[in-house]
Order: sequence, then structure tokens, then C-alpha cells
Amino acid sequence: MKYADEYRDGALARVVAEKIAQAASAQRRYRLMEFCGGHTHAIARYGITDLLPSNVNMIHGPGCPVCVLPIGRIDSAIELATRHPVTLCTYADMLRVPASNRFSLMKAKARGADVRLVYSVADAFKLAQENPLRETVFLAIGFETTAPSSAQAICSAYRQRLNNFSVFCNHVLTPPAMAEILGSAQMRRTGAAQIDGVIGPGHVSCITGSQAYESVAREHRRPVVIAGFEPLDLMQAVLMLVRQLNAGRHEVENEYTRAVTRAGNAKAKAYLDEVFELRPTFEWRGLGEIANSAYRLKPKYERFDAELRYGIGYRQAREPTACECGRILRGEKRPSECKAFGTACTPESPLGACMVSSEGACAAHYSYGRFREIAEASA
Amino acid sequence: MRMVKQGYIRPLDFKNGRVDMSHGAGGRAMAQLIDELFMRAFDNEWLRQRNDQACFAVPAGRMVMTTDSHVVSPLFFPGGDIGCLAVHGTINDVAMAGARPLYLAAGFVLEEGFPLADLKRIVDSMAGAAQQAGVPVVTGDTKVVERGKADGVFITTTAVGVVPAGIDISGSRAQPGDRVIVSGTVGDHGVAIMSFRENLSFGTSIRSDSAALHDLVAQMVQAVPGIHCLRDPTRGGLATTLNEFAQQSGVGIRLTESAIPIRPQVNAACELLGLDPLYVANEGKLVAVCAAADAESLLAAMRAHPLGREAALIGEVFEDAYAFVQMQTAFGGARMVDWLVGEQLPRIC
Repeated sequence: MKYADEYRDGALARVVAEKIAQAASAQRRYRLMEFCGGHTHAIARYGITDLLPSNVNMIHGPGCPVCVLPIGRIDSAIELATRHPVTLCTYADMLRVPASNRFSLMKAKARGADVRLVYSVADAFKLAQENPLRETVFLAIGFETTAPSSAQAICSAYRQRLNNFSVFCNHVLTPPAMAEILGSAQMRRTGAAQIDGVIGPGHVSCITGSQAYESVAREHRRPVVIAGFEPLDLMQAVLMLVRQLNAGRHEVENEYTRAVTRAGNAKAKAYLDEVFELRPTFEWRGLGEIANSAYRLKPKYERFDAELRYGIGYRQAREPTACECGRILRGEKRPSECKAFGTACTPESPLGACMVSSEGACAAHYSYGRFREIAEASA
Repeated sequence: MRMVKQGYIRPLDFKNGRVDMSHGAGGRAMAQLIDELFMRAFDNEWLRQRNDQACFAVPAGRMVMTTDSHVVSPLFFPGGDIGCLAVHGTINDVAMAGARPLYLAAGFVLEEGFPLADLKRIVDSMAGAAQQAGVPVVTGDTKVVERGKADGVFITTTAVGVVPAGIDISGSRAQPGDRVIVSGTVGDHGVAIMSFRENLSFGTSIRSDSAALHDLVAQMVQAVPGIHCLRDPTRGGLATTLNEFAQQSGVGIRLTESAIPIRPQVNAACELLGLDPLYVANEGKLVAVCAAADAESLLAAMRAHPLGREAALIGEVFEDAYAFVQMQTAFGGARMVDWLVGEQLPRIC
């Protein structure tokens, strides 16, 4: 397949692996966090860790939009779908995420709630247009990657007076979460994972531009390399991080130049500015409340804001005690270090969100990597 | 003397007519549908007897029996339709025991309002597939449900077959050291359906691989009577079939990614749709497991058959109490190829 196979070439991979092995100093460890769930998935799927020296370690980050949504927000979505006469449109992954009392949108659907699977906000928008007498709500989740399309749909709804359409907005921002992980007081208190460098998100950076991480890298003195999602992209990004760390640099570098610029996508950012404003604070699963880390709709567009339209409040909900999603999302624990991993918590009956989405660290490890522990244990 | 007039019924309108409730009610309308459509298409000595069952002599030896319901959406897709799929799928399930399929039975659930033209197209396609395969449909049943209670047409087919002496094929017979062979490119059927549903076109169109595999299997068991496992990787694709073998046999399987044949268009479509071709359904492919010493002759026998021309050796069986399927990636790493979680593609067959 043209434009994809080039980035999956095994022979080239061995060349880059050799370069990493040469560059990595045997005297130290390189603890690198791939922020993005898409990267976590690719690392597991292509078996990239097999190609890295033993002192270059990958730590999974929180960049999976399904995983970082706190249980309280899913409870709210279920309340919306069951207590109000609406059609709730959402992505397939969201259906299975466990809410309070092990309820889920899928269970709500089976009990009669009108929950529909969509591929994008455009499908929800079309559904609202085709059913003018039915209120349609789009359960919007995701980072800066998906937020512009939500913004665009809201703009179109405003222009076309599509008043039976609204958005339950849960869009979150990448840089504040990265800053939180790298340096908050809470992290130091909980003995957070030591992270030497970060592989920055690819799709998010197409929108935000690489400049979005410059202050994070500077303040926390950690190099960030933005990478694409193909395995060679990731190998190259690891090499770039190793070289920065060897040189004592902490800059933002861009491996994903075929898609990401320093300034980002001006048109998409204009949509974000037009429609959204920052919430003073937003709860992230595992990371807690982070200031200025999420979007809500500006007053001009408030009639398309499902939270206001249906009076949905937010109640913090308790995580299941056995579930270590929080510590895994912070990079403090590996999925296999959670007691529930593979026993009480599997993709078929997940305890926590990290086991649901294919971008979740636990699901990626369960589906692609869990044979490794057995090999290690028997060795 | 006055003659009693023969009752006249207007012939079924296969151009503009539609299925109505009377076609399933047991009266004249149902008899007419059976006569003018099913009997004509499937015509054979058993149906001509007009009994509620087919009666046939039982050959000596071991028999196999299988049944399969077909609910594919859309009903017509590039490379096939629900009719030929219902014949091929069930014949293949019999064939995967190394058996020779003998007879088919077919049950139809029709939705009120379904166009007779479409029904005729489907039944003709079924009859064509059955005739080509040399496996007659010897008995059947038709039911009609109210509009909205089904989706056009659902077809259940049942088949019986006979296993040649000395053949013992089962998913539980894979042994460490065995080789794993696939008969051709994987993912074609599922991608043909998905690309049709999603309105994707890729320059060259992808067609379903729907085909009856019993003839290929006959040649395979002739070349290597000691084949250990055979299965057609339909729903859940190659990955699911291999996980079934691993679990049934209590062994591990290690695949070589670069050896698995996948069409470039299928790969591209999967990339776009976010699917893994290893989990995408096939309707005209099989996976075989045999002793290492038999692998070359089995491959040769498969490649000599039109439906096995692209057969490839893709992996081997090893001892693993966890029964994991692993894969050496083309990129150079290793990973698991696990059971499918949830539903990748609904109503694919």
C-alpha cells in the first residue's frame, strides 16, 4: 500500500534500531512517554519495544479520549439518554465504558434508550436534519483532533437554525495534561513516574501546531518530539529523543513534518476560537481536576449546549477500587502491574476505561502484548 | 356433461409483485410461490415428490450435518448475494470435516412487501450455486412475517455430507510442530461488503470471495489424508479461526505477518475503515493445519486447484499452555493476535 508501507518497512526499522542502540548510552535509562493512545496502539501492534534497547523504556500516557473521561461524565451521558426524550449519538468505544454501578451506555441502549453509533459528528448532524421533530445530541469526546469538527457542526447548526441538534461537550486539551503529568505537585507527592522525554501527539498537533508544546518543554525541561503513527515514525522519534537527552537539550522537535507545522491548522483553530471557551477546570480520570484543560460552548452558542439545554449537572463518581486506570494514565504503573488486569478486568468485561478503547493502554497490552509477561515469568 | 373448470391463478408477477402475508399462509398463494419460484429453480427428484421431507439412502460411514443462518446486509454485494452465500457457507461447513456434501435444505423468512423480483434473483442465484456445487436443495420451508419484523429475507440452510474413510479432521488435532496454511487472500468478503455499505471505491473493485470449497477439500484430503484441522475463516476472520484451533487443541500458534496473503485494495480499505484484515470475514477461503512433513504436498495440491492458487504457509504450531496466537510482525517485532473483542462488522453473512 503506497504511502503506508514505506513507513512499515522492516529493513529500515532495523537500520533505525541500530542507530538507537548506538546512540543510547549504557550508563543511563531513557524513560519516554508516548502521550497519545494512538501511539500506544501502534507500539503494541507492531511490536516496537522488541526493537528497542533494554534501557530505552516506553511509558504509556493518558492520550486516549475515552480513557480520560471521568465516570461522572459517562453517568451524565446515561442520564441524558434515559431521562430525556433524545437520540444520543456517540462513538462505538463509548458504549462499553463502565459507568457507576457497572452500568454503561450499551446497557442503557438495551433497556430502550435511543443511543446510536456514529463515525463522526457529521452523522449526528445529518440525523438531526432528517428527523426535525427529534432532539439529537452528539456526545462529543476527544482532544483538539475532533474538537474542530464539533465546532464546525455547531456553527452550521447555528447558521441553519438546526434547533433540534445539540452537543454534550467533553473536549479536552493536550498541553495542560502534558504539563500536569510532567510536573504537578500532586505527581511529585504520589511519586509519579520519572519521565525523561515525551513523544508528542501527531493528529492533535496537526491542529495545534508544534508550538503548542514549547512552553511545556521549556518549563519542565523535557524534550518533546511530535511523531506520526506509523512504526517508523515512532522509531525515528525515539532516536530524536535519545539524541536530545544525550545533548542535554529539551526542545520541541517535529518528526511528523509531512502533516504537522509549527503553527498548525489556522482554519480549524479559528473554528475552535469561534465556538469554544475554556472551562475554568475539568476533571480527568486519573489526573484529577486540571485548570483550563477543557472546552465548553461560548454563550453565543449556548442553545446547542446539551448541558444547559437539559440541565445536566456534574457529580463526581467513585472509581472501582480494584481499578488502577488512574495510575496507569499517569504512567506510574504498567497495565500488567494492576491486580485486576486480565482477571477481573478484560476487554469483554472491563472494570476501567483503559481496557475499553483500542487506544487504551490496558486494551493494547491485553490484545497485543500480554504474552510477554508469560515469557518473562518462565525465563 | 359439464366439465369442472380448472381454477385459474394469475402467474406471479416477478417484475413488480411483492411478498404478502398470503405467501406464507399455507393456501394457494403459498403453493403458487413454491411452484413458480422454488420448484422451478431448485428442480430435482426429491422436490418433485412434494413431500414435507426428502427421503434418501444413507451411505455407509460417518456423516456430518451442519446448519447456518444468513442475515447479510446488503442482500446483493459485489461478487455475490445472500443466495449463493447461503449455499456456499453451509457446503463449506460440511467440507471442513473433509466430507463430501450430499444434500441441502433451505428455510426462508420473508418480510412482507419484499419485491418478488429480488426474491427470484436470490433463489436463482442459490439454485445456480447449488447446481454448480452438485449439491441439490432437497427440502425447504417458507415463512412470511409482517413488514418491519425482518429485514427483507433471512435464509437458513442445512447440509449433510459423508466423510471418506480414514479422514479425521477436527479443530482439536493441532500439534506442536504442525504447519498452518491458508488457501488464499484474506479479508475479501468483509471488505467487499463494507466498501459497498460505506460507498467506498478503490479504482479496482473488491469482490466477495464467496465460493464452495468442497472440491478443493476433496483434492486436499486425497493428497494428504492426515490433515489435522480445517476451517473456513468466516466471521471473525483468520485470527478467530486460529484462536479457535489454539484453544481447542491447547497449543500456541505463531504466524509470520509477511507470509499472509492480503490484496493491496483490501489492505487499503481496512486502513481507511480502521479494520484489521486478519479479523475480516472470508466466504471462500480455508485454513489448514497439517504435520510439517505434509506441508509441501498439501500446498502443492491446493495450488493446483483454482480456489487454492494463492495458498501460502503462514505459520506453525508450538507448545503453549496459554493457547496464544502470536505473530512476528513484518516490522520486526512480536505481538499477539487475540480473540476479537465485541463486534467488528455486523451482519456480514
